[in-house]
Amino acid sequence: MRELLELLERDHTLTVDQLSVMLGRPQAELAAMIRQYEDDKVIVKYQTIVNWEKAGVDRVTAIIDVKITPQREVGFDSIAERIYRFPEVRSLYLMSGAYDLMVMIEGKTLKEVAQFVSTKLSTIEGVISTTTHFMLKQYKEAGVILEDVEEDRRLVVSP
Amino acid sequence: MSWADRVSPVVRAIPPSGIRRFFDIVAETKGVVSLGVGEPDFVTPWHIRESCVYGLQKGYTAYTSNYGLLELREEIAKNVATAYGVNYDPRQEALVTVGVSEALDLAMRAILSPGDEVLVPEPCYVSYKACVSLAGGVPVPVVTRMENEFRVTAAQLEELVTPRTKALLIGYPNNPTGAIMTRSELEAVAAFAEKHDLIVISDEIYASLTYEGVHTCFAALPGMRDRTILLNGFSKAYAMTGWRIGYALSNPDFIAAMTKIHQFTMLCAPITAQIAAVEALRHGQCNMQKMVEEYNRRRRLMVEGFRKIGLKCFEPKGAFYIFPSIKETGLNSLAFAEELLKAEKVALVPGDAFGQSGEGFVRCSYASSTANLSEALTRIGRFVGTRI
Repeated sequence: MRELLELLERDHTLTVDQLSVMLGRPQAELAAMIRQYEDDKVIVKYQTIVNWEKAGVDRVTAIIDVKITPQREVGFDSIAERIYRFPEVRSLYLMSGAYDLMVMIEGKTLKEVAQFVSTKLSTIEGVISTTTHFMLKQYKEAGVILEDVEEDRRLVVSP
Repeated sequence: MSWADRVSPVVRAIPPSGIRRFFDIVAETKGVVSLGVGEPDFVTPWHIRESCVYGLQKGYTAYTSNYGLLELREEIAKNVATAYGVNYDPRQEALVTVGVSEALDLAMRAILSPGDEVLVPEPCYVSYKACVSLAGGVPVPVVTRMENEFRVTAAQLEELVTPRTKALLIGYPNNPTGAIMTRSELEAVAAFAEKHDLIVISDEIYASLTYEGVHTCFAALPGMRDRTILLNGFSKAYAMTGWRIGYALSNPDFIAAMTKIHQFTMLCAPITAQIAAVEALRHGQCNMQKMVEEYNRRRRLMVEGFRKIGLKCFEPKGAFYIFPSIKETGLNSLAFAEELLKAEKVALVPGDAFGQSGEGFVRCSYASSTANLSEALTRIGRFVGTRI
């Protein structure tokens, strides 16, 4: 149910009780639906978005454009799998256009990320070239503006 | 003689806004969770704001036609035809105004002669009776009741109609009650209007915020199009309250009369808001739907919340207000609101700000985040628990 998924995506801390009232559906029905979605991996994970810079933890993030040669029978999938199995890889997408894969890597330092690219990523069979871009500032992540000040500027009482 | 004594008697006779008085009290209190806000908590969607910014960059800063940009009138006519099945000629039957507030004022001044009566179902929006009085008319309140979900009936209207009655002013979905009226209920009112040859001013600013069934546009009822002055706008559906933009649709004679006043007093609605309104109508439906779905979820939370608190309340099916009765606490509306504010720092609006028939009720707006609403309900529950 689209509305249920959208609500959970926005705020996964909503309880079944709250969801039941907001959607006007019985609790048991919603609980079963959520369980089914989790089993089917429609709901993949419940995640917390952290502003690490604010937390005082230094991190380096890079986006790497990777060109690869697709392999016989499996296309891009098996190379993609070899890449995304690395825990350093935060996101991986197959793209149309000038390059094939967009890989987002996270590490503690610039050197660490650069080393990952040169020793682990570029060396994979099938990888033709990589272009590394380092992230300078994060404005918005997964639909959430990081530094949005939600100020209610309305008059406190109005007709 | 003081300066106050030299103010027009008509103005002096209008009672001060109950909202204003309560606002001053609330403004003094810190850390208030307010359920007293009569405007959306959403900021105007970015694409609408951006279209205004772009218009300014391109240099659109001059007056528009008194009637409003033709482009906007055409979009309005198209929108109303698609949504409600009523056709208006954008050139002669549409007027873009500075909010529905101005449209209401124009309508009254255009049709009323001194002493003309206007039937006004109550509880009602704070401006209705004042606008009738300011235009020289006599507002005749028609009391609606919670037992009938604050809907007005032909029978009630028949009791109060006189040979001096010129018009009927209705607003559904309703502020402050959240009431709606079904097609068949409105047909009965239409029959009454026809029987007594009345003009109907229908304020449908909350039309898009209908949660059960479909909104019935009064002008769409058989025989009503020409005798109705249909008012609507962008404030609630597109979160454009501060932009001050609305419109009136009616027969060419009424629109011409309203435009005559408008051209002398306002000249035109702000071009910035008009440009933004075009964008809202062309591309704003998706965002509007999302906002309506969010309001509906909050509405259910409020209904359930008040049911648990134990205050009598009918289920509102429109707008973003819930209007519970607080009679069981033994307090009157103002005392309830003031004591709740003092004890729990929750602001809501005393029902008598919307007419005498609002006494014994309070208006709670759910144009606020789910977190705020839950917190407010907890605090209200605590307060009511000590009083019942």
